[in-house]
Amino acid sequence: MNTIISKDILSPSIKRYVIKNSKIAAKAEAGQFIILRVHEKGERIPLTIADYDREKGTVAIVFQEVGNTTQKLGEMEVGDKILDFVGPLGVPTTLPQGDNIVCIGGGMGIAPIYPEVKSLYNKGVKVTGVLGARTKDILFFSNEMDKICDKLYIVTDDGSQGRKGFVTDVLRDIIKNDNKIDGVIAVGPLPMMKAVCDITKVHNIPTIVSLNSLMVDGTGMCGGCRVTIGDEVKFACIDGPSFDGLKVDFDEQMRRLKMYKEEEEKVLGCKCGGEC
Amino acid sequence: MPYQDPKKRIKNFDEVSLGYDKDLAIKEAKRCLQCKKPSCVKGCPVGIDIPSFIKEISNDNYKGALEKLKEKNLLPAICGRVCPQEDQCEKLCIVGKKNEPIAIGRLERFVADNQKMTSKLKPGLEGEKVAVVGSGPAGLACASELLQRGYRVTIFEALHKPGGVLMYGIPEFRLPKDVVEQEINQLVDMGVELQTNMVIGQTITLLELLEKGYKAVFIGSGAGLPFFLNIPGENLNGVYSANEFLTRANLMKAYLYPKWETPLRVGKKVVVVGAGNVAMDSARTAMRLGAKEVSIVYRRSEAEMPARKEEIFHAKEEGIEMNLLTNPISIEGDAEGWVNKIRCINMELGDPDESGRRRPKPVKGSEFTIEVDTVIMAIGQGANPVIPRSTKNLNLNDKGNIEVDSETGQTSIEGVFAGGDVVTGAATVIQAMGAGKQCAESIDKYIKNN
Ligand SMILES: Cc1cc2nc3c(=O)[nH]c(=O)nc-3n(C[C@H](O)[C@H](O)[C@H](O)COP(=O)(O)OP(=O)(O)OC[C@H]3O[C@@H](n4cnc5c(N)ncnc54)[C@H](O)[C@@H]3O)c2cc1C
Ligand SMILES: Cc1cc2nc3c(=O)[nH]c(=O)nc-3n(C[C@H](O)[C@H](O)[C@H](O)COP(=O)(O)OP(=O)(O)OC[C@H]3O[C@@H](n4cnc5c(N)ncnc54)[C@H](O)[C@@H]3O)c2cc1C
Ligand code: SF4
Ligand code: SF4
Ligand code: FES
Ligand SMILES: [Mg+2]
Repeated sequence: MNTIISKDILSPSIKRYVIKNSKIAAKAEAGQFIILRVHEKGERIPLTIADYDREKGTVAIVFQEVGNTTQKLGEMEVGDKILDFVGPLGVPTTLPQGDNIVCIGGGMGIAPIYPEVKSLYNKGVKVTGVLGARTKDILFFSNEMDKICDKLYIVTDDGSQGRKGFVTDVLRDIIKNDNKIDGVIAVGPLPMMKAVCDITKVHNIPTIVSLNSLMVDGTGMCGGCRVTIGDEVKFACIDGPSFDGLKVDFDEQMRRLKMYKEEEEKVLGCKCGGEC
Repeated sequence: MPYQDPKKRIKNFDEVSLGYDKDLAIKEAKRCLQCKKPSCVKGCPVGIDIPSFIKEISNDNYKGALEKLKEKNLLPAICGRVCPQEDQCEKLCIVGKKNEPIAIGRLERFVADNQKMTSKLKPGLEGEKVAVVGSGPAGLACASELLQRGYRVTIFEALHKPGGVLMYGIPEFRLPKDVVEQEINQLVDMGVELQTNMVIGQTITLLELLEKGYKAVFIGSGAGLPFFLNIPGENLNGVYSANEFLTRANLMKAYLYPKWETPLRVGKKVVVVGAGNVAMDSARTAMRLGAKEVSIVYRRSEAEMPARKEEIFHAKEEGIEMNLLTNPISIEGDAEGWVNKIRCINMELGDPDESGRRRPKPVKGSEFTIEVDTVIMAIGQGANPVIPRSTKNLNLNDKGNIEVDSETGQTSIEGVFAGGDVVTGAATVIQAMGAGKQCAESIDKYIKNN
């Protein structure tokens, strides 16, 4: 259990692992996540289930090395075992109704959007895909997405692949040209999801986003993952991580994600190899 | 009992109470009158034969003492430390009428610390399979009792470590984690199968367990859902639930950061809201993590504080201030969204409420502000909703706790039993263990009759 079956390097900092865990594979649905721990002194970090194969009993994760734990995870090799791997956590995304859905994945958000597009595709829904990234080196899954999207748009901030600009530029055009969009799913950095919702709110298009709050247990026990949705406080790990984007307090989320910035930088800065 | 000096101990996470040595233990044991009808036993939720185990101590027979304890309580090193003895066994000790009651809990701890039990049971390979959900005291007690009755028991635990609150909630300086691990390992040696990283309701549902051949299920999932006050500013950075604060510190060992990799931010001025054991533990942990000023904010008076007397005493000794008859009304933050103030109002006590305690009422115009950089909410917990949400036909009461038959502990679903905090709401270690044992008995009956 929890053995790494394959390791793909999608970009210098983004990796995709397929991991053996038949219990999680049997249950996983689009929108759910796992929590893992790399070693005995390690922290618990949440990662989206980027794909699953019930027959083979495997789940895939895609992660970007942004700090201590994701870097240690990235150093692991095929055959290694991940110490703790628990899930599937969270509630599956309630996919929007209708047959004209726009799915927007920004940066690392492309990983979680993939199983959602796949579910929609399997139901025969026409999906317009929009993938955005800072630059082409960190853009992944465009071939896989092309196969399951009715139309696929690619944008990069620097124009190194696809159109130059932001996913919201594409979204505005789609709204202008398409007669009716039934719903939008947007997953990516908080500012991106916020910008998307600012647009869809005006057109009153149901929008689902996925929130990446700080988590510890992932079982509703600590309340660290709390998010404000409309006038209610919810726990992202058991009530989400998908929420009605038109109601999310994005500013609060952006602020809460910075809670441990100083500590995180400190641990990265130290080169003692764990001896200090 | 010897204690670590308060000035020293606020700088470390080592245990505060150092425990009896042999001489002190024997001296204390000899004070016991060996009552023919011992009233102390009535105060123990699991009915330990208290005079008998104490007698073995005075006879210098610690092995015998431990055997007596283990007849009723498989976690004596834990209970001896954290039971609210002053409200249970020791409260009813006859000696306590005129003098200090016999220090039953300390003696219990002494035995458990000084005599390691060699496990006797072998795995029961033939018995029926029973699933236990949650590895807190309720689940552990239920599992061990079932094992002794010949069942094959699997414990499913959501976290990566077993123990429930013993592991993630109660701090190292009050209950060292290797003590907890040792007592749990004994169970595993005796043949309990333990599966961590299994969230029942997510990884596998409760009803699927029954389909998979478990003849009965015990739910001991605890009261892990933290409450907040629902006042403005509670989501500011620097505002924690006690559960988060303590889990980071204990389970994830944030006090050893960065060697252990989970961070925890503690400012210089910390306010803890609430006055139970959870609040005292949070305050004392904050102090050890480097806070300069730590205070408790509590809306009633000292007499109503639900924490153990000993813990309140230790907290005060460690320099924790008590802002009593004070209630928070809002939390304020700086431009970056970090908490910097907590607005409070003074309270006065009115007529008794349904709990029999005098109801606190705000004193008009008495609002004031405390400057803070960390706020910890320790105002109670409810039952975790993961299992109820994923289990059809599992009845809850109006508080969200699982409803059970008071005699058997059976829930609204046949073959599914529940006990501990998930049924009673936040209570005590030994009560949870008592409920776990009682349910094991019911499960035994249920399986034999089906
Ligand atoms: C439900 C959910 C799904 C996610 N899915 C993915 C995914 O598929 N791929 C991916 O690359 N990332 C994903 N993330 C984010 C990922 O968890 C963080 O990047 C990771 O925890 C960073 O840890 P670190 O130690 O490497 O970096 P650090 O330097 O510790 O942190 C970098 C930043 O990551 C965030 N972070 C840190 N610790 C946690 C934590 N315990 N929980 C949540 N966020 C944290 C904070 O914003 C922090 O500033 C997801 C987060 C959530 C909540
Ligand atoms: C900080 C703190 C200090 C305390 N101090 C004292 C004290 O000094 N003395 C005292 O007597 N009592 C004390 N208590 C109370 C005591 O710890 C509890 O009453 C007792 O632990 C309850 O036991 P339990 O087995 O019912 O639940 P818990 O100890 O809460 O254990 C429940 C377990 O179930 C697991 N679980 C939950 N949901 C699932 C799921 N869906 N699937 C699988 N596993 C699941 C949890 O992860 C947990 O491990 C304290 C509590 C706290 C929080
Ligand atoms: S288990 Fe608790 S109540 Fe029972 S004798 Fe021991 S200390 Fe007293
Ligand atoms: S009541 Fe007190 S004196 Fe009597 S047996 Fe119990 S502990 Fe001993
Ligand atoms: S991560 Fe702890 S409650 Fe959600
Ligand atoms: Mg980290």
